[in-house]
Amino acid sequence: MNLSLLIILPLLTALAILPLKASKQVRVVSLVGASMQFILVFILLYFYWNERSSGNTSVMLFENNYPWYAPLHINYHVGVDGISVAMILLTAFVVLAGVLVSWNVEKLSKEFFFLLLLLSLGAYGFFISLDLFTLFFFLEVAVIPKFLLIGIWGSGRKEYSAMKLALMLMTGSALVFVGLLGLYFNTNDGNGQHTFDILQIAQMNIPVSIQKIFFPFAFVGFGIFGALFPFHTWVPDGHSSAPTAASMFLAGISMKLGGYGCLRVATFLMPEAAHQYSWIIIVLASIAILYGAFATMMQTDLKYINAYSSVSHCGFVLLGIGMLTKTAITGAVMQMVSHGLMTALFFASIGMIYDRTHTRQVAQLGGLLKIMPFISTVFVIAGLCSLGLPGFSGFVAEVTVFMGSWQHADNFYRIATIIACASIVVTAVYILRAVGKAIMGPLPLTAEGSPPHLWRGGEVDARWNEKWAAALLIVGIVMIGVAPFWLNDLVTPGTETMMKNIGKVVMLK
Amino acid sequence: MLTEFLYLMKAELMITIIIFILLFLKLGSKEMKAENMLNFINVLLVINLAAGFFNIPTGNLFGDMFRTNELFTLEKNFLNFGTLIISLQSYDWLKNHKHVPEFYILLLSTLLGMFFMISSSNLLMFYLGLELSTIPLAALCNFDLHQRRSSEAAFKMIMSSAFSSGLLLFGISLLYGSTGTLDFHELTLQLNDNSLQIFSLILLIAGFGFKISAVPFHLWTADVYEGSPVAVTSYLSVVSKGAILFVIVSVFYNVFTPVANSWYNMIFLISVATMIIGNLFALRQQNMKRFLAFSSIAQVGFILVGLTAQSTEGSSSVIYFILIYIFSNLGAFGVISVVSAITGKETMDDYRGFYKTNPLLTWVLAISLFSLAGIPPLAGFFGKFFLLFAGAGKGNYSLIVIAALNMVVSLYYYLKVIKAMFMDANENPIEKIHSHWQPKIAMGICVGGILITGIASGAYNYIHSLLK
Repeated sequence: MNLSLLIILPLLTALAILPLKASKQVRVVSLVGASMQFILVFILLYFYWNERSSGNTSVMLFENNYPWYAPLHINYHVGVDGISVAMILLTAFVVLAGVLVSWNVEKLSKEFFFLLLLLSLGAYGFFISLDLFTLFFFLEVAVIPKFLLIGIWGSGRKEYSAMKLALMLMTGSALVFVGLLGLYFNTNDGNGQHTFDILQIAQMNIPVSIQKIFFPFAFVGFGIFGALFPFHTWVPDGHSSAPTAASMFLAGISMKLGGYGCLRVATFLMPEAAHQYSWIIIVLASIAILYGAFATMMQTDLKYINAYSSVSHCGFVLLGIGMLTKTAITGAVMQMVSHGLMTALFFASIGMIYDRTHTRQVAQLGGLLKIMPFISTVFVIAGLCSLGLPGFSGFVAEVTVFMGSWQHADNFYRIATIIACASIVVTAVYILRAVGKAIMGPLPLTAEGSPPHLWRGGEVDARWNEKWAAALLIVGIVMIGVAPFWLNDLVTPGTETMMKNIGKVVMLK
Repeated sequence: MLTEFLYLMKAELMITIIIFILLFLKLGSKEMKAENMLNFINVLLVINLAAGFFNIPTGNLFGDMFRTNELFTLEKNFLNFGTLIISLQSYDWLKNHKHVPEFYILLLSTLLGMFFMISSSNLLMFYLGLELSTIPLAALCNFDLHQRRSSEAAFKMIMSSAFSSGLLLFGISLLYGSTGTLDFHELTLQLNDNSLQIFSLILLIAGFGFKISAVPFHLWTADVYEGSPVAVTSYLSVVSKGAILFVIVSVFYNVFTPVANSWYNMIFLISVATMIIGNLFALRQQNMKRFLAFSSIAQVGFILVGLTAQSTEGSSSVIYFILIYIFSNLGAFGVISVVSAITGKETMDDYRGFYKTNPLLTWVLAISLFSLAGIPPLAGFFGKFFLLFAGAGKGNYSLIVIAALNMVVSLYYYLKVIKAMFMDANENPIEKIHSHWQPKIAMGICVGGILITGIASGAYNYIHSLLK
């Protein structure tokens, strides 16, 4: 299986829509492209299982390695392990759902889908990269389309949010950049040559003093993408101003770029420093979890509710990484997948509600279940998944993180775990309150005593494309929730490789 | 002897021949129509560019005053290429201008001067080339004949370049005094870091600083850029700057290796100041030409990061970046030049709502600006990455952190233009622009270059192999 197909396919789709005129053609071509991505990713999954079950235990599968900038030892090196496959799977789900949800975008639809596909290209490329230069390249590819998506198609204070997001993410990538250069110039492959190759660097012993300098750059840089407290402020503004599909993308995939980078680059390549700094990561993650949850309680706008709850949920990812145990890291990866699907579903349903009611204020909504039962059900499912109801993916992922964190016998780690657990209660409060007010209860009536005009008219409930998008994401969530073992089995070999690097430090202690 | 002379000075002779042809055209009794004249000149420039890629000469002339090799020829080709693009882009402006041949005679004279400068192997020859490349430029700045600020620009240009030439000459004479030679090879042997030589190095760097508008020698830049015709502004900011940087990187770099430490410290300070000041001023600009002027000052700051590296990677990244800079900056100037020639609008507010009326031009400008900002997959990303990469090889990460954060600041003002074009509403936006096919071709080449040069690693690898 040639992994470069994952980059070529979105690129070809994006190029194919450029000459098209009618927005209907654009939509159809994008949908076909996204569906092909979806199928391709399942083929990848199939091949991956085959290889693994036939006893192939190499760290990365389907590797391709070509020299790119040979004088600088920069290679185009791709390959996947279980963690990357899980993230690629998530991307395929969210991209397809995002294209479906955006079916009715009329304003500049060609540009819209072009940028959406460019984003998916960046995400795939990032997850399959095994060379730090390639990885950084794809990380930045995914920034500017977000700026344009939010700024052109967004709502509310869109220009402000778009600018804030672009500048904060670029600051993040500037820090990552310094971290990567620092790593590069301190590698030595035995012949005095430096390398950007992740697998090679993992085999080398970077001096601890060097790691201590460059780990913060890489971790904080990726952390900005992954909503690390206190650099999370782009999240609420960016998510709430973005158009539906872009919100799904931002929360579903883009924030995962950060988490994946923290894991694959910062922690995996600089394990000693990760150990030294792990207490800081845990403190910050715990603050993010609790602060995010409480901040959500104060929000009145549905998108802000989900955006702040994303800060809280992404805190679990960083907490899992900071704990540095096998179970916790597996949990962190599962939380990334779970949160990606769940939050995409949440944003999709909020987008559908907003399309029909033209408001996202909880106080102005009510009784939606009566007039749009499908959308309301989707909203409730997303909410329940978010608060960690067993049977949905959120529960599985969070429990895994907690179990992993509890493995530390130290009081410090256990207190952090308890704090994180406590946030679930707060989550239940804000989710149930939003559901109770917006979905249940009476319909708010206008002065004439009839339901607001905008809410009626032809079809109020979900259209076919929205139903498909929601169904797709719900299938993903339930599949993880009911049968978590397949995701666990997929991710575990990847985390075991990581633990070899991280574990050798623990042994030394 | 004669054949050797003809062969080695091929690039210079081609330019000279074109200058003579133009001179005779001007002298001829019948006035040619401006359109025909422009087509004819552009054909000549294309031939000139194409000729540069064949039969690349290597050797010395005039008792080692003049030398050429594959690297120098490549640099000359880059400059030829930039000139051709500018010539194509200024079609709409020049076709209504009375003095087309004079414009090109002056333009090509400066180009000739740059070629001599690049090929020089002696300080005297270098100075000759430098003067030939600056004095006609001042006349060019005055080429909007009815505009008062154009004359002002020319005056500022001539004053500042005279001053900087004075500094350079003083530096050269001190250097001669302390080493007793003007020849580059012997100079390298004689340099030993004594204080007189360091002082002359400071003067030389100040002189160069004026030409590439590095802070604190940048004060003339914005006014001259704003006042000059767009074609001249783009020539100043791309070709003329590029030529000086080529000379620094492929000539002086090697000459001053014995005093590398002092060199490093000076370039380091200038680089940091240039990035920061250039960015801070660019944040506040409203006029697009002034805006690009300050952004190009900031770009020079990044280029200087590559110059601190003192390695093959550093030199090749600088030369590579200039190629990309030609594409990106000329792409941006191309749009501004067409808009300014047809509507006369030049401020950022005029560009609000540009996407509604001119989607293609907007994308050209957007891609060029993104490339200048260093966004992948565009070439600018690779250029900036390699510059900072080379700088980091020296081991001074404070410079890299400053540069990386400055890239974020610069992104802000590029995004401001993008925001104006794509997102802001405007009651009377710039109307649909119908430009001639020649500027369109030029923009197409720029966008193509931006899209390809980075992803395809051939250009960088070739430059790197030449420097080894």
